[in-house]
Amino acid sequence: MITADRLIAAALMVLSAYFMWHATVLPIGWNGRTGGPGGGAFPFWLSAGMFLAAGGILLRSLRGRSQYSGNFFDPETLQSVVQVVIALIVTVALIPWLGAYVALPLFLVWYLRIFGGHGWLLTGIMAIASPVALFFFFEVALQILLPKGLTEPFFIPLYAMFF
Amino acid sequence: MDLLTSLADGFATSLTPLNLLIVLIGVTAGLFIGAMPGLGSVNGVAIVLPLTFIVPPSSAIILLAAIYYGAMYGGAISSILLGIPGASTAVATTFDGRPMAQQGKAGLALIAAATASFVGGTISVILFTLFAAPLADLALAFGPAEEFALVLLAFTTFVGLGGDDVLKTIVMICLGLALSTVGLDLISGQPRLIFFDQPGFYSGISFLVLAIGVYGIGEVLHTIETSKSAPAVTPAKLTFKELGAGLKEMNRLWKTMSFGSLIGFFVGMLPAAGATPAALMAYGLAKVTSKKPETFGKGNIEGVAAPETANNAASTGSLLPMLTLGIPGSPTTALLLGGMVMWGLVPGPMLFIEQKDFVWGLISSLYTANVAAVVVNLALIPVFVWALRMPFTVLCAVVLVLCIVGGYAPSQKMHDVWLIVVFGVGGYLLRKADYPMAPLVLALVLGPLMEKSFRQTLIAEQGNVLAFVERPLSASFLAVSAIFFLLPLLKHARRPATGRSTGFADEPAE
Repeated sequence: MITADRLIAAALMVLSAYFMWHATVLPIGWNGRTGGPGGGAFPFWLSAGMFLAAGGILLRSLRGRSQYSGNFFDPETLQSVVQVVIALIVTVALIPWLGAYVALPLFLVWYLRIFGGHGWLLTGIMAIASPVALFFFFEVALQILLPKGLTEPFFIPLYAMFF
Repeated sequence: MDLLTSLADGFATSLTPLNLLIVLIGVTAGLFIGAMPGLGSVNGVAIVLPLTFIVPPSSAIILLAAIYYGAMYGGAISSILLGIPGASTAVATTFDGRPMAQQGKAGLALIAAATASFVGGTISVILFTLFAAPLADLALAFGPAEEFALVLLAFTTFVGLGGDDVLKTIVMICLGLALSTVGLDLISGQPRLIFFDQPGFYSGISFLVLAIGVYGIGEVLHTIETSKSAPAVTPAKLTFKELGAGLKEMNRLWKTMSFGSLIGFFVGMLPAAGATPAALMAYGLAKVTSKKPETFGKGNIEGVAAPETANNAASTGSLLPMLTLGIPGSPTTALLLGGMVMWGLVPGPMLFIEQKDFVWGLISSLYTANVAAVVVNLALIPVFVWALRMPFTVLCAVVLVLCIVGGYAPSQKMHDVWLIVVFGVGGYLLRKADYPMAPLVLALVLGPLMEKSFRQTLIAEQGNVLAFVERPLSASFLAVSAIFFLLPLLKHARRPATGRSTGFADEPAE
C-alpha cells in the first residue's frame, strides 16, 4: 500500500528532525581547538543523512516511482497484531505494580486461552510452570531479582529458603 | 606448526566437561530454534543472550556460537518437513527439499541436509583456522584511521551488495548510527540525545534492547501475521539402512559440496551478504554446472546439499571478520560482538594476543559443535517431527515472555523493557515496508567504534581530514567503499527502468 510507504517515510523524516534538534545541544560544527567535529556532529549529520534519504523515499513515492507494492495490512491481521501489542503494553505496565510473577502469567493466560484458543490444561500448565522456571533461573541461579510490586511480601519466605 | 599447537591448546579448553556440555546444549537449542519457522539464528541468539549470564563469558560465547551453528543445521528441517524455511538462510533448501519430502524421501533429504551442513561446517572451520591468525596479524597494523575506513566499508557493502532498496538501506544505517550516539559523548563526556529527559538514556541504547525488540517482538508480530493456520508436517522416519544409502549418495556430491563451502565461506565474510545469498548462489551454481539442470526444483538431492553446505560455511565465514577485525559479518555475529564487548572481551587483533586461550578455545569449539550438531540432528529427527506440530501460539507466547524478562535482566530497568516494545513495533512496521533490519543492528553495534576512530584520527592529526587517505591501507578501504557506494548508481545507469532490483541473486558469485 502506497500510503503506508509514504507515512513511514514521513514519520522517519520527523524522527530524524527530532534527533537533529536534540543533537544541536552539543557543538555540531568543526571544533578547531581539539581538531575534529564536536560532540553533536555525529548524531546531527547522520540524522541529516537519514532525513535526506527518507525524503528521497517520500519524493520517489509521490512521483509515482515507488518500488513498494503489495498490501500492507489486511483488517484481520491488523486486528491480531494490535491485540498482541496492546496485551504487551498492558503486561509491561503491570509489571512494576503487580510484579512479573503475576503480570506474565496473566499475559500467558490471555495469549494462550483467549488469543490462541488453547484448552485450560495447556494454559494452566504454561501459566504455572513459566513463573516457577523464571524464579529458579533468574532469582536462584543468576541472583537477578525481577520486579515484584505488590507481591513482594509473599516472596520473603522464599528468599529465606533459597538465599 | 604454531597453528597446530594453538589449536591443540584450544581443544584443551573446549574439551573440558563444562564446555562440551555447553556445546551440546547450544547445538540442541540451536537446532530447535532453527527448525521453528520464524525463528533463525539471529532471533535465537538475541533471545538467549541475556540468559547466558549463568556461565562465564568465554563459555557464553561458545554457547552462542553453538546456537548459531545448530540453527544453521535446524533451518533445513522445517524447509524439508513443512516446506517453510525454518530461517531465511534455509530458503534455498525448500526448492528441492520439499519436493523430496513429498516424494516420500524426507528421510533422505534430512540426511543430505545434515551431511552437507557437516561438510560445509568442517571445510569452513578449517579455512577459518588457516585465515584467522594471519588476518589478525595484518589487522595489528590498523590505527584508528584504518578502523574507521573498515567500518565504512562494512556499511557500504550493504548499499552495494545488500540487494535491498538503496535509500531504505541508507536510512537504516543512519538510524542505527544515530541511535548509537545516544548517551554520553565519548570524547567530551557530555550527555546528548537524552529524549524526554529520561534518565535511562544516559547509559545509551544497548544493542541487546534493539535486537530483542526487532528480532524477538518484531519477529513474533511478523509470525502472527504469516502463520495463521498450522502447516502440515511430513512424517519422516530414519533407519540405519537409509542412513547408509544417504551417505553413499552424498559421497558422489563432493564437487557440489566443496564449491558450496567455498562460496559460503567467502560470501559469509561480507557483512551485507551472509548465509541466505550464499545458499542461493551455491544452489544456482550447482544447477548451472549440473548435467541435468532440469531435475532441480523437482527433488534433486544436489539442490539440498549445495545450499546447506553454503549456509553453514557462511556462518563460520561471518565469524572470521568479527573475531579478527572486530567487524561482524552477519547480524548474528554483530550480536556475538556486542555480547563480547559487554563481557569485557574486545574482538579484534588484540584478542589473538591477549586472550589467546579464549580465541583458540572458541575456534576449536566450532569443530566440536559441528560434530555435536550432526549427531544431535540425526538422532533427534523424530523429536523435531513432533516439535514442529507445536502450535505457533505457544511458541510465540514463550518467546514474548522471554523477550520481556530477557530485556529486563541485564540492566534491571523497566526503561529498557519499554524500549524493547517500541523497537519491536517500530521494527515490525519498518520491515513490512521493506526496510532492511541487518544494517540497523550492525550500525548500532559498530556506531561507537566508527565515531571514536573517526574523532581519534582527527584529534591525533590536528584536524587534518586528509589523514584518512594518506595511509595506504585506509585509503584502499575507502576506495573500495566508494566503489560499493557507487555500484547501485552504475547499475541504475546501465539498465534504466527495469524496476525493482532482483537483489543478491543477480550478483556475481565471488
